[in-house]
Amino acid sequence: MEGKKIRILIAKPGLDGHDRGAKVVARALRDAGMEVIYTGLRQTPEQIVETAIQEDVDVIGLSILSGAHTHLFPKVMELLKENDIKDIIVMGGGVIPEEDIPELKKAGIAEIFTPGTDTRDIIKFIKEKVR
Amino acid sequence: MFDKEEMKKIKQLKNEWENNVVQKTLKRFPERKDKFVTGSGKKVERLYTPVDLEESDHNKDLNFPGQYPYTRGVQPTMYRGRFWTMRQYAGFGTAEESNKRYKYLLNQGQTGLSVAFDLPTQIGYDSDHTMSLGEVGKVGVAIDSLKDMEMLFDGISLDKVSTSMTINAPAPVLLAMYIAVAEKQGVAPDKLKGTIQNDVLKEYIARGTYIFPPAPSMRLITNIFEFCFKEMPLWNTISISGYHIREAGATAVQEVAFTLADGIAYVDAAIKIGLKVDDFAPRLSFFFNAHNDLLEEVAKFRAARRLWAKIMKERFGAKNEKSLMLRFHTQTAGCTLTAQQADNNIARVTIQALAAVLGGTQSLHTNSRDEALALPAEDSVRIALRTQQLLAYESGVTETVDPLAGSYYVETLTNEIEKQALEYIEKIDKIGGVTQAIEKGFIQQEIQNSAYQYQKDIEESKRIVVGVNKFKIKEGSPKGLLKVNPEVGRRQVEELKKLKEERDNHKVKENLKLLEKTAKTDANLMPLILDCVKSYATLGEICDILRSIFGEYKESVKL
Amino acid sequence: MEIVEKIINGDRRAAAKLITLVENNFSQAQEILKKLYNYTGKALVIGLTGPPGSGKSTVTDKITKILRGQGKTVGIIAIDPTSPFTGGALLGDRIRMQDLSLDKGVFIRSMSTRGHLGGLSQATQATVKILDALGKDIIFIETVGVGQSEVDIVKVADTVVLISMPGMGDDVQIIKAGIMEIGDIFVINKADKEGCERLATEIGMMLDLNQNKKWHPPVLKTIATDNVGIKKLLEEIDRHISYLKESGELEQRRRESAKKEIFDLIQEQWKETLSTFIDNGFLNKIVTKIVNREEDPYTAVEKLSNVLVHSYTQGGVKND
Repeated sequence: MEGKKIRILIAKPGLDGHDRGAKVVARALRDAGMEVIYTGLRQTPEQIVETAIQEDVDVIGLSILSGAHTHLFPKVMELLKENDIKDIIVMGGGVIPEEDIPELKKAGIAEIFTPGTDTRDIIKFIKEKVR
Repeated sequence: MFDKEEMKKIKQLKNEWENNVVQKTLKRFPERKDKFVTGSGKKVERLYTPVDLEESDHNKDLNFPGQYPYTRGVQPTMYRGRFWTMRQYAGFGTAEESNKRYKYLLNQGQTGLSVAFDLPTQIGYDSDHTMSLGEVGKVGVAIDSLKDMEMLFDGISLDKVSTSMTINAPAPVLLAMYIAVAEKQGVAPDKLKGTIQNDVLKEYIARGTYIFPPAPSMRLITNIFEFCFKEMPLWNTISISGYHIREAGATAVQEVAFTLADGIAYVDAAIKIGLKVDDFAPRLSFFFNAHNDLLEEVAKFRAARRLWAKIMKERFGAKNEKSLMLRFHTQTAGCTLTAQQADNNIARVTIQALAAVLGGTQSLHTNSRDEALALPAEDSVRIALRTQQLLAYESGVTETVDPLAGSYYVETLTNEIEKQALEYIEKIDKIGGVTQAIEKGFIQQEIQNSAYQYQKDIEESKRIVVGVNKFKIKEGSPKGLLKVNPEVGRRQVEELKKLKEERDNHKVKENLKLLEKTAKTDANLMPLILDCVKSYATLGEICDILRSIFGEYKESVKL
Repeated sequence: MEIVEKIINGDRRAAAKLITLVENNFSQAQEILKKLYNYTGKALVIGLTGPPGSGKSTVTDKITKILRGQGKTVGIIAIDPTSPFTGGALLGDRIRMQDLSLDKGVFIRSMSTRGHLGGLSQATQATVKILDALGKDIIFIETVGVGQSEVDIVKVADTVVLISMPGMGDDVQIIKAGIMEIGDIFVINKADKEGCERLATEIGMMLDLNQNKKWHPPVLKTIATDNVGIKKLLEEIDRHISYLKESGELEQRRRESAKKEIFDLIQEQWKETLSTFIDNGFLNKIVTKIVNREEDPYTAVEKLSNVLVHSYTQGGVKND
């Protein structure tokens, strides 16, 4: 059978309904040969982590434009830790002020992609990290 | 627009010019690229001439401002009479903080208010709901009950301002709160001026803050139409929005097509419950996006106006002139703002705002330079507002009506956008209307395809974004961004607890019960919601009742 | 704890990881599956197939909610096509099953076809076993019923539900394409849409042509989004399962399914063996000969088969 495929969960935590970015990234990752699981809007951190477990993804991509990232991103990291999951890379995107980034990275988010990011940079990042 | 002989002559001269002059120049100076396209990817010719308008008829297609089909504007004198309403969308944190921002904006010469609500409010959750965690007060003001609304408009006379509220699924509740606040100020509903967005279809398509499935949502919307026709004659009962459709990635043509298709669905729904078209149609308003391509955008606004007039007249048989007029608010395109070299956004917004003004908008929001990074800081909002004032007072484009009419290019684009939008509408009709097209994911997928293409064009440098894929610099992190007070959530929750102790809970319960009973019938729910609101039932309590009866919408995505 | 032990004790993560291994490296997974086999065979397997947009995921979502109400646990395998151009896939079935994501009694796994249909069918069968061992009472396999190959996958199910909807134009066409005979239950979803009666009649007529079966497939109407007809569908599934048990067809089906699995496995293993020959350059030599007209492909394959069989038996297949 075929070898390993990168599996990635693209999730929209919180109440924000702006999914243009999430969907564009999901498509770009598919076109880069990855298996992308998209779960739709209004996901709680609990739903995201449970989905990541069942789907055994390599990466979780979180997208928020509402400003709730300071609360929701660390919450996802916390739940991963609670479930003793260390091998899933979590990245975030959206309208995220630069001054928030150090704190998010401290919480364990591997990378934050802000508006204007080239999807090829995201693909490169994932391919380098998932090995 | 030209006689046959003249046209023949122009064609011949154009051919000669192309074969001799242009070819010679091309040999020495080739053009920058093989194919020129608009911001939406439509092919652009080197030159437009009367030949492109051979089929056009001045009196039929353009006519005069204030006259059918309103291509040149809905009022005869346009900005010579009065400028557009300068209306900055604002709101964050608590009602108290937002109230301060509104007063600041009014002091700076803003002429209308535009309320941004936080996401829990938009989705009908109180601040203490688990889904609200981390979201309270973030993208707008948090409103849980009439108490917050009273604070929001404290010291602002509601008979003097016009207020626009960006609220959709729970629109009846917020409208009821507005009426109740006005009543406390001694202002009767029939004196209130403003707009409620009340457009759920585009929430399913592009914006995501829906609550209920389409059928009960359409009922709530038409309840507002009916209620306002009787009680609030100056109120715009809906703002049919293409803005968010465009933000989600649609092209100019798709923006017009899907917005007007939504409009058709609302008119159909209202007629179905027995309203007469000329009773409610004059209060329908629209909301469009102003994107980067100046001339395409101007053409888009003109095409939308003409197409809507024709739809209302021919499809719905509207007689009242006001029913035929597409009046619209515009916001500059948020999705074009860049986080990189954020000050460049001031120039972008200026061009976009100019498009809205040249397109004949009735009101305008100009985005602030820092909005790709955070909610706008006060001085950024001021620059944005000043941009509008500059256009109004200094640019000169307001001194005559529809100044770009007669441009061969703009008129050609206007014709093309109208034609292609109509083709989309016909396709949607064939699918069985907008609701079906949403359920099938057709509209969402069309938009997603455009969004993906747009992104790819940027990445392949077919589309240049200054400061992003060209003219890049190294820059430090931006300073002075607005930070929403993290205590807002906690404060809202405390206030909510206090409210529930202080109010007459027996009365609240009774009112909610009555609402529940009535929601099961097909009676208009506005009066009952008004009673609930006045007894300080919370937004969440009211929406929970409606959720229990109407159910909740599940998004339909075609990937 | 060993992975098998973890799975039979309900460790979702261990199960998920094993499914990944099944997809990525079957021969490695096989070693674990061998030990897992003893813990399988309890679950009922229901296949759901139908054209895109017919509402399979919504139907699955609603049935699962009822089953959960009855205290039964559920596993769901949602299969979507891999893009033939990029090898990637966008898997969105979970969107319609959002409410189930926090229910510990439900395990959902999205899979993509990855281009190998033989391999997929083998991976699906293995995944069914993993979810079975994980303790799921009912396992749904959901595929897009557009090709014969996807239909092969649901064939391993005990009960096959074919879902269609009115107004798709070529909906009946999809059912006609050799799929009709595998349906045990027919569902017309979105039955409030125009054309429902016509579609029901057409399906009914086609079923009448197939009268020799002992089981007469019912044609049901549902509006899954509004939960209409779902209970009835579940009753019919129950009725079909009882029929299978009473008539002895369940055993027959499971024998068929086992047979199919054997063939799938053999095919896949031969393919792998073959690929080692390619690596060795052995195959390349033969190709060169054929291209140069030094040998005809028929004789070459005959010889090659002999070599393969010989080396494979020597390589470890024992007769015990």
